[in-house]
Amino acid sequence: MAEEREVNSASFYQFLTEKKLMASRCKKCQALYLPPHPICTKCHGSDMEWVEMKGNGKLAAFTAIAVGTTCTIEEGHDRNNPYVAGIVELDEGPKISGRISGLDARKPETIKVGTPLTAEFPEQEEGKGCYVAFKAQ
Amino acid sequence: MREVAVVGVGMTQFGPSEKTNVELFSEAAMDAIAESNLEPKDVQALFLGNVFCGFEEGQVTLSAFAAADIGVPYIPTTRFEGACASGSVAIRDAYMWVASGAYDIVLAGGTEKALAMGTAYATRTFAMGSDSRYEAPTGITFPGIFAMMAHLYAKKYGIPLEQLKEQMAMVAVKNHHNGTFHPKAHFRKEITIQDVYKSIMVADPLQLYDCCPFSDGAAAIIIASAEKAKKLTDKPVYFAGAGQCSAPPLPNQKDITLVKARQASAKQAYDMAGLSPNDIDICELHDCFTIAEIVATENLGFFDHGEGCKGVERGETQIGGRIPINPSGGLKARGHPIGATGAAQVYEIAKQLRGECGERQVEGAKTGMTDTLGADLCMVCNMIFRI
Repeated sequence: MAEEREVNSASFYQFLTEKKLMASRCKKCQALYLPPHPICTKCHGSDMEWVEMKGNGKLAAFTAIAVGTTCTIEEGHDRNNPYVAGIVELDEGPKISGRISGLDARKPETIKVGTPLTAEFPEQEEGKGCYVAFKAQ
Repeated sequence: MREVAVVGVGMTQFGPSEKTNVELFSEAAMDAIAESNLEPKDVQALFLGNVFCGFEEGQVTLSAFAAADIGVPYIPTTRFEGACASGSVAIRDAYMWVASGAYDIVLAGGTEKALAMGTAYATRTFAMGSDSRYEAPTGITFPGIFAMMAHLYAKKYGIPLEQLKEQMAMVAVKNHHNGTFHPKAHFRKEITIQDVYKSIMVADPLQLYDCCPFSDGAAAIIIASAEKAKKLTDKPVYFAGAGQCSAPPLPNQKDITLVKARQASAKQAYDMAGLSPNDIDICELHDCFTIAEIVATENLGFFDHGEGCKGVERGETQIGGRIPINPSGGLKARGHPIGATGAAQVYEIAKQLRGECGERQVEGAKTGMTDTLGADLCMVCNMIFRI
């Protein structure tokens, strides 16, 4: 049962492996947290419940990265094969950073803030489970 | 709180170095101690900024060994970690401890060997400054964060990206020019706007010459009560105010072109000093990327929002301009040994207010400010100094 899992990072990643993007919601004041928080930073309550996000949102900030991090280099990205990353504002309200697919990283001038996006759940390197990324619709 | 002053400063050459973090810091510390007309035994405590000594050298407990290395092993020492603002948060704390009366004379500063890690490993460790549990798989880099800032800035203020890129390049050209006059700067060469455009793309729209380097280096400051300071030097540089503020992980920050942590930190410093941005003659700020300097000049109140880019274009931030920004060459040219950067900024302000900067001297500077920014815009420290 989803609701019974402890509100923490491990549970969040366990849900991602099940292709679910889960936020935590304060039962007392309804504040929504993604990534999940075990403690409500608004009312300081700790009675949280899991809520599944629909996974739809829009691009709030972006860049096309040519000199990447270790994990992206291992994926085959380099100066000739840049990737798009950014901040996504979900329809439910929370913002989360993520890798963005379906946009042309070689033509960043064509990328627009506000572009509709849907969550996807690619696998991380061996044995590390899934992470959340977004795809342009 | 009682009055407190900087009585001596020291700094190593910034750039590649074979020395250890401790050796680098000792060199800067001994210069600062000598300039203060003190001996190491007069130092009552050490506040040392450093971020990655564990990764750089397989070494922690750095502050203890740094004190031992200058011959004062039996004093209280602490390492401060505030990402790229580590040196500044160490100095601000040292200031508070002396102001409180707990100590009369404190050694503070920072040291770093960022180059020792190599680019790939350095990029990996620097990424630890983000909310790494959640952000590591996204592939967002530090240049990437400021690249997003540049895109949002252009959109928010209706500036064509090509125009903003030229204004950003002007920041790099200015800071490299200033750096040619700093004998201890990592880079001492002029560059042109075309050089910036010709450099490789890092994270659109930031090219290599929009980015500061990784550097090795250390800087040290002796902080004393005003009463002691007057006996030690003819040129005490007084703390007028200080501020510090943190922020949540990047996606939870509402508008990254405003850097809320900096606005709050700067306000604390201005309020404590009883000063406003118009009173500042000179500022050393955190130009980790060219867009970062433009945004910082607005966050600190030197320009209205959306006007910082025009200020650079008009030459207002050059030495001799309305508000000279980064006369030392900034992180861009002086270099960015992360834990030492804040201390190098204080070094510059102290030298400038004492009128000892030669060709990069800002004539008549009496009030100076530092600004150091760490991680995903989530750690800021500001200090204001006067003579």
